[in-house]
Amino acid sequence: MKRSMEEKLDWIRSPKRPNIDDIISGVFTDFVELHGDRLYGEDHAMCAGIARLGDMPVTVLGQRRGHSTQQNIDANFAMAHPEGYRKALRLAHQAEKFSRPIVCIVDTPGAFCGVDAEERGQGEAIARCLYEFMQLKTPVVSIITGEGGSGGALALATANEVYMLTDAIYSVISPRGCASILWKDASREIEAAEALKITAQDMLRFGLIDGIIEDSRLESVLYRHIKTTLTEALQRLSGQNGSQLAQMRYEKFRSYGIFNDNI
Amino acid sequence: MIVDLFQKTRECSRRIQSTDEPTSSPASVVCKNCGREWTAQRYGKNGYVCPECGAHGRIRCRTRIRLTADKDSFQELFAELSTADPLGFPGYADKITKLKEKSGLEDAVLTGTCTIGGAEVCLGVMDSYFMMASMGSVVGEKLTRLFEYATEHQLPVVLFTCSGGARMQEGMFSLMQMAKVSGAVAKHSEAGLLYITVLTDPTTGGVTASFAMLGDIILAEPGATVGFAGRRVIEGTIGETLPDTFQSSEFILEHGFCDRIVPRSRMKKELEQLLRLHGCKGR
Repeated sequence: MKRSMEEKLDWIRSPKRPNIDDIISGVFTDFVELHGDRLYGEDHAMCAGIARLGDMPVTVLGQRRGHSTQQNIDANFAMAHPEGYRKALRLAHQAEKFSRPIVCIVDTPGAFCGVDAEERGQGEAIARCLYEFMQLKTPVVSIITGEGGSGGALALATANEVYMLTDAIYSVISPRGCASILWKDASREIEAAEALKITAQDMLRFGLIDGIIEDSRLESVLYRHIKTTLTEALQRLSGQNGSQLAQMRYEKFRSYGIFNDNI
Repeated sequence: MIVDLFQKTRECSRRIQSTDEPTSSPASVVCKNCGREWTAQRYGKNGYVCPECGAHGRIRCRTRIRLTADKDSFQELFAELSTADPLGFPGYADKITKLKEKSGLEDAVLTGTCTIGGAEVCLGVMDSYFMMASMGSVVGEKLTRLFEYATEHQLPVVLFTCSGGARMQEGMFSLMQMAKVSGAVAKHSEAGLLYITVLTDPTTGGVTASFAMLGDIILAEPGATVGFAGRRVIEGTIGETLPDTFQSSEFILEHGFCDRIVPRSRMKKELEQLLRLHGCKGR
């Protein structure tokens, strides 16, 4: 089924679509969740732990979106505070130490915007993720499973390979935010979404992602697609040593940008 | 009460409403903070800082270079890069054309080499007059090239940041610049080289959430707005007005996210001292 932009945005907002917990139980086995950033606290908006993909132990990181209002309140609607990003980074370094690949399940409206987030350095937390993920000497594969909201999503998508589900979006600003800044009218979000070019198909066309994972009405089929994609990606990356993986990641992001070079 | 103590700090470091460097050349300038009127010449000679109350105005990148680099030492690099319109975003191409004419800049950052107190450095200065120094592909590419150049030539980098964040008109290409520049900063750092960030008004969004917060040493001008999220976004979420001091240089110093607040009049001297302490020399 092909969804229109409006249908995509509705789907993104639906509390029913699979969240990180569903994906973990559908794709991985033996998941052990780990908590805390060791600096300030535990962030329920960020899920992190160790699991098996087939036989292979991997570290899984990603934002947690709830199915119910209560779950969403508990997980702050998948908007992490700095401690969430610092937890992710702590466990990314742990993955590197034990030579485990990292799988990121990205699904967030963005990093949380609030007084406490500013006090604890939301900007620094995201910056540090980008900087450190760029240098990690272990494979990193990210999948944007729903909403790839700006810097809060990119912090977990500085990866060797990045995939998106068919109807996922990846955007520098929420379409609503863009419409209200540009036209002072948040209701023009569909128009803004079209102008911003945020679909998985746009991202693939721009070369900003490596592939699209086909969604399915049947969740078991979707999980099989995710598992196949991850397994193949990690197999491809397993031939590279740590420094090569970091260099590949740098060169990948180094190539992004469109400008005129008038030499 | 502990709250009272903080209250006092807030009073002392009340956010300064500053007057910016004028784009035309008026005869006089009124300080937005204290209301004193100055001749444009007197105000400009004081580095666009109010001689009465010390409010720091926003300045253009060429002025910043004049105040920072040793006389005539700045040599621009990567001037050949100019803005494209990768998404065909409504109104973007026209906006860029007009801004280029008005500002004499290709985009929101100037990059190059210069000496500061005789020490050779790579210098990048962002300019808030150009689309609020938002970061699109050109800003990201120039800064990445600057860090790569510095790594190759074993030079320190000094960056004056200001920005409204990632440039939405270039969509995801803008967001990717955050990772790209951060990667180049990492390579520069791995080579054991010094990176000094100077946060100026306003440094926000995707720039704060990438290279602005990655300096070995992070300095800030007094009273600058520094933060991740837009103030109005936060006020909208919590439904109350935030104090003037929220997201200021003083606020991030108190919370541990910058090393020093340095007034513009002392900035060059402090940079010289820090460069010397790291053994940075001329060629």
